[in-house]
Amino acid sequence: MTTDKANPAVGSILVVGGGISGLTTTLEAAEVGYEVYVVEKNPNLGGRVSQLNQYFPKLCPPTCGLEINYRRIKDNPKIKVMTLTEVEKVEGEPGNYEVTLKLTPRFVNEKCTACGECAKACSGEIDNEFNFGMDKTKAAYLPNDMAFPMRYVLSADISAEDGKKCEEACKYGAIDLSMEAKTMTINVGAVVWATGWKPYDATKIDNLGFGQHKNIVTNMMLERLAATNGPTKGQIVRPSDGKAPATIAFAQCAGSRDENHLPYCSYICCMASLKHATYLRAQYPDAKITIYYIDLRAPGQKYEKFYKKLKEDENVFFVKGKVAEVSEEANGNIGVVAEDAVSGEKSTQSVDMLVLATGMEPSLKTDKPSADLNYNEDGFVVNDFSKGGLFAAGCANKPADVVTSNQNATGMALKAIQTLVRR
Amino acid sequence: MTKKIGMYICTGCGIGDVLKVDDMVAVVEDEGTTCKTHECLCSDAGVDFLKAEVAEGTNFLGIAACSRRVNFDIFKFENTMVDRINLREGVVWSHSREKYPVPTQEQIDSDDDSFDEIQMLAEDYLRMGMVKLEKIEIPEGYKTESLSKKILVLGGGVTGISSALDAAAAGYDVTIVEKEDAIGGYAAKLRKQMPVVEPFDALVNPVIDEKIKAVEEASNITVKTGTVVARIAGQPGEFTVTFKKPGETVPFDCPLPVPEEQKVDADGNELDVEAVQEIYNQINDGREDLLSLDPDGELYGAVILAAGWRPADLDGEEYAHLGAGDADVISNAQFEEIAAKGKITRPSDGKEAKNVVFVQSPGKGDDDSDFGYAGSVTSMVSLKQAKYVREDYEDGKAYVFYQHMRTPGLQEYFYKGIQQDNGIFLSKGDVVGVTKNGSEFTVDAENTLLGEKLQVKADLVVLAGGMVPATVDDPILNLAYRQGPGFRDNDIYDGYADSNFICFPYETQRTGIYAAGCVRRSMTMEESIEDATGAALKAIQCIESVDRGVAVHPRSGDMTYPDFFFQRCTQCKRCTEECPFGALDDDEKGTPKPNPARCRRCGTCMGACPERIVGFADYTIDSIGSMIKSVWVPSEDDYYEPPMRIIALVCENDAYPALDIAAMNRLEFSADVRFIPVRCLGSVNVIWIKDALSTGVDGIMLLGCNHGDDYQCHFVKGSEIAEVRTRKMGETLQSMALEPERVAMHQVAIDEYDKLPEIVNTFADTVTELGPNPFKGF
Repeated sequence: MTTDKANPAVGSILVVGGGISGLTTTLEAAEVGYEVYVVEKNPNLGGRVSQLNQYFPKLCPPTCGLEINYRRIKDNPKIKVMTLTEVEKVEGEPGNYEVTLKLTPRFVNEKCTACGECAKACSGEIDNEFNFGMDKTKAAYLPNDMAFPMRYVLSADISAEDGKKCEEACKYGAIDLSMEAKTMTINVGAVVWATGWKPYDATKIDNLGFGQHKNIVTNMMLERLAATNGPTKGQIVRPSDGKAPATIAFAQCAGSRDENHLPYCSYICCMASLKHATYLRAQYPDAKITIYYIDLRAPGQKYEKFYKKLKEDENVFFVKGKVAEVSEEANGNIGVVAEDAVSGEKSTQSVDMLVLATGMEPSLKTDKPSADLNYNEDGFVVNDFSKGGLFAAGCANKPADVVTSNQNATGMALKAIQTLVRR
Repeated sequence: MTKKIGMYICTGCGIGDVLKVDDMVAVVEDEGTTCKTHECLCSDAGVDFLKAEVAEGTNFLGIAACSRRVNFDIFKFENTMVDRINLREGVVWSHSREKYPVPTQEQIDSDDDSFDEIQMLAEDYLRMGMVKLEKIEIPEGYKTESLSKKILVLGGGVTGISSALDAAAAGYDVTIVEKEDAIGGYAAKLRKQMPVVEPFDALVNPVIDEKIKAVEEASNITVKTGTVVARIAGQPGEFTVTFKKPGETVPFDCPLPVPEEQKVDADGNELDVEAVQEIYNQINDGREDLLSLDPDGELYGAVILAAGWRPADLDGEEYAHLGAGDADVISNAQFEEIAAKGKITRPSDGKEAKNVVFVQSPGKGDDDSDFGYAGSVTSMVSLKQAKYVREDYEDGKAYVFYQHMRTPGLQEYFYKGIQQDNGIFLSKGDVVGVTKNGSEFTVDAENTLLGEKLQVKADLVVLAGGMVPATVDDPILNLAYRQGPGFRDNDIYDGYADSNFICFPYETQRTGIYAAGCVRRSMTMEESIEDATGAALKAIQCIESVDRGVAVHPRSGDMTYPDFFFQRCTQCKRCTEECPFGALDDDEKGTPKPNPARCRRCGTCMGACPERIVGFADYTIDSIGSMIKSVWVPSEDDYYEPPMRIIALVCENDAYPALDIAAMNRLEFSADVRFIPVRCLGSVNVIWIKDALSTGVDGIMLLGCNHGDDYQCHFVKGSEIAEVRTRKMGETLQSMALEPERVAMHQVAIDEYDKLPEIVNTFADTVTELGPNPFKGF
């Protein structure tokens, strides 16, 4: 333990992942006075929450908090942001790690002014991953309206011709087609993994028909449909024909609490569907909404109140029962078969649109870096505080909502600092 | 240091294509200020050019280029002040030449009105930028007189202990204050607890013993048992704390504010200041004055509130159908007490309780809520306690009736583990009746998973009561703050000392004081331990920020702080009352006493002050007021039909970024409007509005965050206060013979950028319909 209590100890912290948890750990540690590197594999920070339209239960935009966080980064010289960067390897011991980073080329350098001329010049389009492929974007693009850093990126799939056009269109010499992937190493005292989650691949759930029937979407796709900067400019319409849905069903636990898929509860999906019902209600005052669930997990005063308020809506129906099978009807509607767990009756309903409340899978489940991390069977990192040095925050550690992730991520900033102090 | 201002106009990103840059340079040079242009200021060459300017002595730079939200890191130079004049997003991207064409020579030569509205806009922004640079200064941070880095933890339960251990492990001295005679809290009174680490599938022994041992061994943790806080005075970095025994009366007990209902007479009329002071004196008779510091008090830098919870009261009519009131219908807390002592027996006759029914949700029929203050904890506790029955009796049976089994996340594994026990019966069900026949209960449940109606015999019935936060009964903190002894607005959260912010869960309305554990939400042990770590970080961070003389969230790192020119203070108390963070106290006369380390730098005090005596180094009544006055307001002397001039005061955190995004999407705004970012709408002083109107500005609009219970204002009350002030402006306007519609406030969230053009343009149309401000030209 340091004898000098008056000042922060020496050493830096690496935060892996620039989503809400990673940003929180980064800022909270940096504002104590530590130097923090934050690496993000995407071209911009913000992570999963930047794809959300609103947070439950306040129904406020995630970009509001992100903007403040970006501002905090801008004002803090102790933070070094590296995008399009992944951690390949961590070697060493608590207090002294050598980290190998892999950098993917952006093909746009720091001279970019975000003027947008490259995108205008580029004719080729790619699937827009930000909107889960529901629309296209130019192969030279700004990841989203509020992207941080505010800098364009050229897709690795851009055609040589388009690349050339972009290069010519840029007055500022910001397009650099010669950029190559590279690795570099940094030395840090502690690493916090805030690598977050990805939506469970709904095509794996055979009986729920995702990928086979157009009007079955996932909950995250619904977020993009509801967002002003989404593929439909915020209009929730069904994908097959752009029709305004009059009947919508939600299948809860699409993959979660299921031994064949994710055995655990994904924490957020119940509240997310309740929130989605509010999105739909705001746009369609008469739409009929049915939520098929096992248990409605709306714990705590704030969430229970949110649920209670929605129950007052006479056009929102709650059915305790799992969706067993789905079918596509001639008009594009989805036939939903479910068994009511209480009455035991099998019900069939035809809806304009079915939303699958898919759960979360830790990103590290499939992309494990070479580092001395302990995982549980689901791919979540198990923290070992007695050993110290490497920690997981937010949904890399467990399924959680945003507020819990932020609490956790704030705490992990201190765990990282303790590692530096103990040195 | 002498101030040398330079204005630098970037002609890149379309600015030079749309605007007549030479004319803009002339506007600046006319004022005697150096003005230079560059084709791309953010390029290497551009930055070198600026660096050369700095090297030659320019220390206040106006960068007339893109929005301050971009290229923030490029335009940073040591010992200089940089202001950004937003020509790109604010002028050329949001105003097209299709809509606002350059007047032709023919139009200019004719007698008709002809002017270039975009050019006028850009030139106004330059004038505003110049005057702002003249009016602002480089800040020097605020230093407290003394600085303690010690952390005070209120509550010696699992949360408080965890916070203390975590702060101590980072090298900080900690004191734990516990009102009971021993630390450990509720966690020390359990038989077993829910798992806190992998695997989450079974009960574990309490983890508290190990933690208590660690506290005893830690050299930098002091424990004060049988102690509570009488008063916390001062500010972060130098809180002076008076301790006392529970129930004791001491001179440094915290002074209490006069309750609102006592500030009015029987008829509801407001009492005068003296009468209220008289009541205050009565209430606080025998207590030391708010501003006097206890000479024997101990200094602390920050405070963690981990006061925990108490079991909810389950008696009463509401729960009569559950048999509440019977000695053998008990709460989960009472059940735990019995279980911790030994085998599960009945309180009434000591008989072995082998068949136990756990009621998870009290309602019946449509009401499927859990008991109040439940969270996921009570679901988990029911499962845990069901297991106790099985541990004690091989032939024991536990029945858990729930509406929704709430075991979110990995806690699902605990549920799964319990499900393996075939002596534990779990079902959804409405418990509609609990009747006692002799010594046995009959529990009736409906709508269960095993049939419509179900009857179960039981020896004992356990109600899954919630955890009432300690802050419902007592402010605990006993802050010697003029605004009162506890956190404000806990009523929004049913008495929890919680934050309203999803993104910033530790931010409270009292700087340097962070709540953790069940005082802010019903939490499991695992969650409480985790929450404790975060609160410890925030306490440390606040102390280090005070040491560096900078603000904490959301203006983290800000070196400015409010400065008061007291000679002109009229003791109106508005600043003291309106500060969202209770940063100001006042003496008997009402003269404010600022506590800058409590302050979050929103400027609400500056907006409140009728004498305009509050300001920050880089943000003053004069700096913004002069910017407004620098806008050229054309009159009929200039044109037959002069264009309207509208000032929009805009929240810089949300509405201003939204304007930028609208501009990026090439959404167009009326060219009559000049946007000025403000720290928070709470900082808007009505003098700005009055002065603007008296100089001929035709309309003023305020754009701020949503307020109400789900407020989005980062400074809690700023936008709400601005709304009230704007409403009150109506009368003033009428006294000036102006239409109240000339001043309007709108709430916009950051993602509502698509709605902004309509809001702004509609207001501009309204003002146009009202016609020119009659004061124009005077």
